[in-house]
This record gives sequence, structure tokens and C-alpha cells, in this order.
Amino acid sequence: MTDKVDLTLNVNGRDYAIRVEPRRTLADAIRDDCGQTGTHLGCEHGVCGACTVIVDGEPVRSCLMFAVQAVGKPIRTVEGLAAGEELHPLQRAFIEHHGLQCGFCTPGFLMLVIGVLEREPDIGDEDLMDVLASNLCRCTGYQNIVKAVRAYAAETRSC
Amino acid sequence: MRFVGRSVTRLEDPPLVAGRGRFAADVSFPQQLHMRVVRSANAHGRIVSVDIAQACALPGVHAVWTAEDVSDTPPIDVRLTRIEGLEPYRQFVLAKDRVRYVGEPVALVFAADQYVAEDAADLVEVQVEELPAVLRAEDQPAEFSTGRSTEPAVVRKGYGDVDSAFASAHAVVELELSIGRHSAVPMETRGAIARYDAARDVLELYGAAKVPHWNRDQIARMLGRPPSSVQLYEGHVGGGFGVRGELYPEDVLVCLSALRFGRPVKWIEDRHEHLIAANHSREQRHHIRAAVDAGGRILAIDDEFFHDQGAYVRTHGATVPDLAASMLPNPYRVPAYRAAGRVRLTNKTPCGTYRAPGRYESTFARERLLDAIAAKAGLDTVEVRRRNFISAREMPYARPLDTLGTPVVLDSGDYAGLLDKALAAIGWDALQATLRERRASGEAVGAGLAVFVEKSGLGPFDGVKVTVDVSGAVEVVTGAASVGQGVETVIAQICADALGVDYRQVRVVHGRTDRIDFGMGAFASRVTVMTGEATRIAATQVRAKAVELAAELLQAPAETLDVVGSEVVRTDVRGGPSIALAELARALGPASPTRGMRAPGLSAEGWFHTDHMNYPYGVHAAVVCVDRETGGVEVERYLVAYDIGKAVNPMLVEGQIAGGVAQGLGGALLEEFVYDQRGEPLAVTFADYLLPTSHEVPEIEAIVCEDAPSPLNPMGLKGAGEGGVNAVGAAIAAAIDDALEMRGAITQLPVTPRRLRALLAQRTERHAEVQASRP
Repeated sequence: MTDKVDLTLNVNGRDYAIRVEPRRTLADAIRDDCGQTGTHLGCEHGVCGACTVIVDGEPVRSCLMFAVQAVGKPIRTVEGLAAGEELHPLQRAFIEHHGLQCGFCTPGFLMLVIGVLEREPDIGDEDLMDVLASNLCRCTGYQNIVKAVRAYAAETRSC
Repeated sequence: MRFVGRSVTRLEDPPLVAGRGRFAADVSFPQQLHMRVVRSANAHGRIVSVDIAQACALPGVHAVWTAEDVSDTPPIDVRLTRIEGLEPYRQFVLAKDRVRYVGEPVALVFAADQYVAEDAADLVEVQVEELPAVLRAEDQPAEFSTGRSTEPAVVRKGYGDVDSAFASAHAVVELELSIGRHSAVPMETRGAIARYDAARDVLELYGAAKVPHWNRDQIARMLGRPPSSVQLYEGHVGGGFGVRGELYPEDVLVCLSALRFGRPVKWIEDRHEHLIAANHSREQRHHIRAAVDAGGRILAIDDEFFHDQGAYVRTHGATVPDLAASMLPNPYRVPAYRAAGRVRLTNKTPCGTYRAPGRYESTFARERLLDAIAAKAGLDTVEVRRRNFISAREMPYARPLDTLGTPVVLDSGDYAGLLDKALAAIGWDALQATLRERRASGEAVGAGLAVFVEKSGLGPFDGVKVTVDVSGAVEVVTGAASVGQGVETVIAQICADALGVDYRQVRVVHGRTDRIDFGMGAFASRVTVMTGEATRIAATQVRAKAVELAAELLQAPAETLDVVGSEVVRTDVRGGPSIALAELARALGPASPTRGMRAPGLSAEGWFHTDHMNYPYGVHAAVVCVDRETGGVEVERYLVAYDIGKAVNPMLVEGQIAGGVAQGLGGALLEEFVYDQRGEPLAVTFADYLLPTSHEVPEIEAIVCEDAPSPLNPMGLKGAGEGGVNAVGAAIAAAIDDALEMRGAITQLPVTPRRLRALLAQRTERHAEVQASRP
């Protein structure tokens, strides 16, 4: 065990003063120390993407990052997408297109897509589909995730 | 407005998309300890010593347990298909004197900090004297324990005179076929959190799934407590597919330790553990033969297969080989049949079920056989199937076999009719011409077909309680479970129609032993059929109770009343008087003067019993393109036609199909638990055990048909959960054969690039030999 350090994480615009070991992953810190359990851990080795959050504007695997590395950078998680009870358009698209079954991978897909589309609003369909292949889902066969994401991407492009 | 049959959005979704779900790892209690399992690093050996001194000394460690600490805990029992001879092969919650697979729980570390628990687990030293590992189920049986062989049972099924049929056959077709070792691998790993509440003397387990009531009863038995003092709670479940929710050692261990420590104990599996500790499935090797007449009609099938059960018999007993043997002949007329499924223990992770258990395997074996018969008889792959189908006129078709304790009676179906629909939808004839042209221009492209029969609606019962509360909200309490497939929505749709309310007003409570005394859970594509019908019965009774009371209060004949939009209204007078269900619920309060002699509450229980399963059926068609250089297979098209009698929510059915196909493609092309010669598992991360991504799954064309409603329940329902995965291995194998223009080439799943390249190399070699031998 190593000595704990005091640090502050900014998650969805709110500061969390926490005391953690330097080896603590960002995912564990978000979930257990900040209490935001919408970010899920599916593999803890950076393959499945369930733990994807947006750090400083970039979608990242929060299981592959230490909490100390995220100090001073805005962190966005699935809990921050909706405005009160008003769901984010991509959340609505997932519901309308039946883009989730068990829902475990969903937060990771949402953060991945939102992060990428914010960074590259004009990303082509082929590249967007490439991005989607970086996260795993075991329920849907991806069909309806693809439909939901395409519908949302079309909506954002037409704005 | 009616809801059954409509693709309404799911009730489950809002909290899930908002990150407000509650999966196992999201459950925490004050003062909880984290449990970390120390697992065997050896495939087979005698435990010489387990040294816990260093681990105990690590600051922050609360306790370290070995087998001695749980010596009075019995092994985990068999839940399904308990056949004689399996008992001595059941698994204890911690290994006693031998370890039999890499990943077997040997010791436990408890600490308040999860990281400390993991550190301490690394400090536990397990010394093992290695024994030879059994890794091939088809090898000669070895010794499991003193006096016990690694073949605890042989599942035998059959009827008719098989030997005579072979003796008099026009031709015999014979194949050796293998299916790889896969597992469901849901995105959420397993988890279990136990808490003992001394104030109420109740032990609670969170993270339950699939079969909470059975698990509750077993935990109570193993811990020597009355079942009513043990309660299980299912939260959100991150995918089931057969593997999650069975009773595993870790579930019992958190309960035992929470009781002993008087503190909550939480265990969350990591992915590496999941791949070596949760049930594996599928691995079988079939030696299958068919006797056929000159027209390619089957006279008899004889199948001997080796079922690799892994190191122990777990809760599924002989379920998988039983289903493989019983479901193999479907959907064909097979006058004589004999199957011998040899259950073999090996030194690998123990096995259970995985979506379409025994059918993914037997469909592969049977459909490969049909393709081989076609080749032998000079028929095309469509014609050979048409000639052998059981016809719609023969339904219901009783096959003298049983499975899961029920007789196999194919309840309804038009197999030839569905094949026609599938062929028309994919444009089979035109497709053949296109593929021929592409092959002529050098591409390795081909198409394959597979036909299958599923089973669903396993009984023997399901019960639900439907209640309208005083606000008019409706609650359905069921002993079924949800593993993420949309149970709440489907049950709400059925309840809404039967009662006369909007489905969005219906709350479905499932997976909680404290809310309902009996429950069968969620497996075997049973929930929509069994719970659905029980819900319809209960909701119909609630409606009748509402109408009867309303008739009195409104002074109107009951036959003039209906429930529409949560109100009892008169159907014979426009704008006549009405009364809300909420008001009727209040009028039925225990102290309400209007209640009269009626039982209190606007509620009713509904029970549905059945001794038979029903049998949905389907067709898969695949088009693939093989890269001869890399051995890679690209799936260009994939079509599934599936008849499920009645689709409660077609969008959800299509979702089930698509998800099933993706899993089937994983098993056909990518996924395999591989072991080295010492029994060391080589697929222990997602970098080695390859799940399909969106790149590998094509757009799936799904045709949901309702041509053959089940006569076994009033709505005609059949289950939809397993048809998507069932025939993928078979269809992909046939398509690759066609692409390579090598009939019968694919005999083993998954068809990995390495295997495909080896096959192509063999062909090139043979081709060269033929060229060289020519003068």
C-alpha cells in the first residue's frame, strides 16, 4: 500500500475533494470516491470501452488512467448528459431505436459518440462506424446502436 | 389502445441511459468488506500447503480463509437435469485437497479496501504437487478421484431400429465435427454483495439474477437457515445468456462470510476471473452418421458425442448434453434415432449453459449432416431439406424423446413454408447466380443455409400478482427475472391489454424473493410465455373484479362495461358515467363500506402451469467472402426468419435476434477458450478471447413470423431469445464451404484464420499432387 494523496476531481462541473492512492484508477475514483456509478467497468484492460468518459474534451478509457492524471481537467460522465429530467438527444435516440438491452455498455457508447462528434462534428459515416467498433456490446449485435448513432449524427449535422 | 404486438419503447431504458441503473458493483453498504478470491494457478494437482501468514500480516486485511474455514459447507447442488451419478462431481466452494482447473477458488482475502484485498491475495502462497491434466474429452477416461472415472454419465436418447436402418440403407454419411469452447461473456462481470441484518435476522444477497428463488433456497439449505430468513435482490443485470445468475461458489462465500463477520461483504469479479471462473459452454465433439435412401431421405441418425464438462458438474447437471441429444433430429423426419452423449470431466473451467445450449452444437452437427447427405445424393442443399422436413400437416408431432423432463412434442410449425419465405427474402436463386459469377471472377464467396427448431416456455409454473393501487398505478410482481432482455416492457404490455390501462402505468417487480414466495426465474426462453400468460390471467381477474364492483356502483349491467384508459366505462351509452380504477381500488380498501364480502384490494394472483415446452423454429442464411491470403471471413449478408407464434413487441424480438446472431458469429469465427498442454488457459483477456465488434457484424435481416401460434397458451406465444444464435455456426460453415467450393470442408468451429489457411493449404497441396500425377 502506498500513501494516499489529496486531490480534487471535477466531474460534470462539480468538484470532488478526495483522498486516494496514486495508483487508484480514474474509473474507481469516479465510481467509488465521487459516487458516480453510471460509468461501468467491463474489462479493466482498456478493450471493452464501458468505462469511457470525456476528459478535457477527449473520450478516454477511465480504467487505463489514474485519478491523479485527471486533476485539473474537466471530466464528463453519463450522469452529466441530461439537463435535469430532459434527456440528451443521443440518450433519446438510444431509447427510440432500441439501442440498448442490458444497458451496461450504454454509458460508454454515449460518451464515446458524444466525445467524438463534439471533436469532429463533420466526421464521415465510415470513420464514425470505425469509432463505434472500439467499444463492445454483447446484447444488441450493434444494429440498433448504429441506427441510434446515425440518427443522432444526422440530427447534429443538420443543425 | 392495444399494446401487444406493437414496437413500443422500453420501460427499462430511462434510468439505464442516464447512468442511474443499479448493477451489482453499484451496490455498497457501510462497513463493507471486499472479498478477493485466490485461485488455482494449476490445472490439476494436490494441494500441499496454503500459506496465508504474509497475507494476514498485511495492514488492512481483515481475514484470510482457506478450505478449513468452510469445511462444513456442502457442495453446490444440481438445479437442472439431475441424472444419476453426478453428485460426487459437484464443486465445493473452496478446493479441499485437490485443484482441478486454473481458476478454482482456493482461498479468500477480506479487506475494507479492494486494492488491499488484491495485494494480500498475491501474498497467499499455494503449493501444489502437479498431476497430469485431462484436456481432451474424447480421450480415454481418466481418474477423477479414487475409484471414480472422468465419465460420470452417458446421456442416451433414441427410438426405432437404428441398426436395421443402417444395414439396409442405400448409403451412409459419416462426419466428425467439433464445436469450440465458448461462453456468454456478458459485459457486466458477476458480482455478489451479502449483508446480514441482525435486527431482523435476515441474510440479504444483492447481485442476484436468473433464478433468485432457487438460489435462495439453496443458500438457506447450505447455511442451515430457514428460506424465509434469506432474501435475494436482483438489480440491473448486465446480460445473462445462461451464464449469470447460476449459483456459484462466490455467491455462497459472501453469504457465509457476511454472517460470520457481521459485516457486509462485497465481491466483484474482474474480467480475467470471469473468463476462467464463470461457466464455459459448447465444447463438444460429435461422431455422427446418417443412413439414407436413394432419394436422400433420412432413415436413421446415430450420434455419439463427447461433452467437455470441465472440472466439475455445476448447477446445470447434464442439461447441455441432454438438450443436444434431444433436439438434434429437429425439424426432420428421422424414423430411427440413437444418441449417446458422453459427459466427460476435464481440467478446464466447469461448464453450464450458454444461449441455445445444446442446440448451437446439435444444429451445427445436424445441418452439416444434411449438407453432407445432399452432396452424397446429388441434391442441392434446399432440396435435401425439403425432402426431410416434418410437414405442417403432421403437427403436433410427438417425437418419442424427452428433454428437461418434458416430452418432445413439436406443437406447431410449417418448416417448409418458412424456408420458402427465407429463400424469397434473400433472393436465393438470383443470389446463387451472382455468387457463381463472382467466384468465376476469382472471389471466394458463398452462401449457406441452416434450419432449426428452438424450444421455449419451460414450465412447470409461473405465478404473478397484479395490483392496482389507490393512485391507479399498476404493479405486477413476478418470480421471473430480468437479464436485460426487456421483461418489464413485455409483461407490462400484456398486463396493459388484459386490464385496460397504458403499459407505462405498469411497474413490473421481478427478481425479489421478499415480494413473492415462488419463482422460476429467467432461462430457457420461458418468461414471455410463462410469466406472460400468468400475467394475462391475473390481469383479467383484476379487470373482472373492477367491472363487477363498478357494475354495482354505477348501477349498470356488467356486460355493458369495459375498462378503457384506466376507467370503467359504459360501452352502450356515449359519455355515460365512468369510474376510475383508482377509485375502485379505494372502494376495495379493507375498511371501505363498499367492499362488501369481496377480498380487500384491487388485486389478483394468476398462475399458469404447463407440462410441455413449445417449439419456435427458424431459418438462417449467410453470405460470406473468404480472404484466401489472410484466412479471414467477412459476413456480407445475414438473414434470420423466425416464427415465434406471436410477437408481443416485434422491435424487441428483432433485437433478440440481432444480438443472438452476433454471439453466434463470435462462436463461429472468433471466440475460443484455448488451453496449452498443461491446462493453462490462453484466452484470459479480451485481447485473446475475441468478442465481435460492430465491424464483424453485418446488418442483420430479420423476418419475424407469426404463422404457427402455439396451441399451448391462449396468446399463441413462443419464446424469442435463442433463435438468433442457434444456427449461426451451421449457416456460416455451409457458406464457407460454398465460398471455397469444398463441400463439407468445415468440420470445426470456430473457423479461425489459422484453421482456414490450413484448409486452403491442404487443398493447394492436393491440387498439386493431382497435377503432378498426371502424365
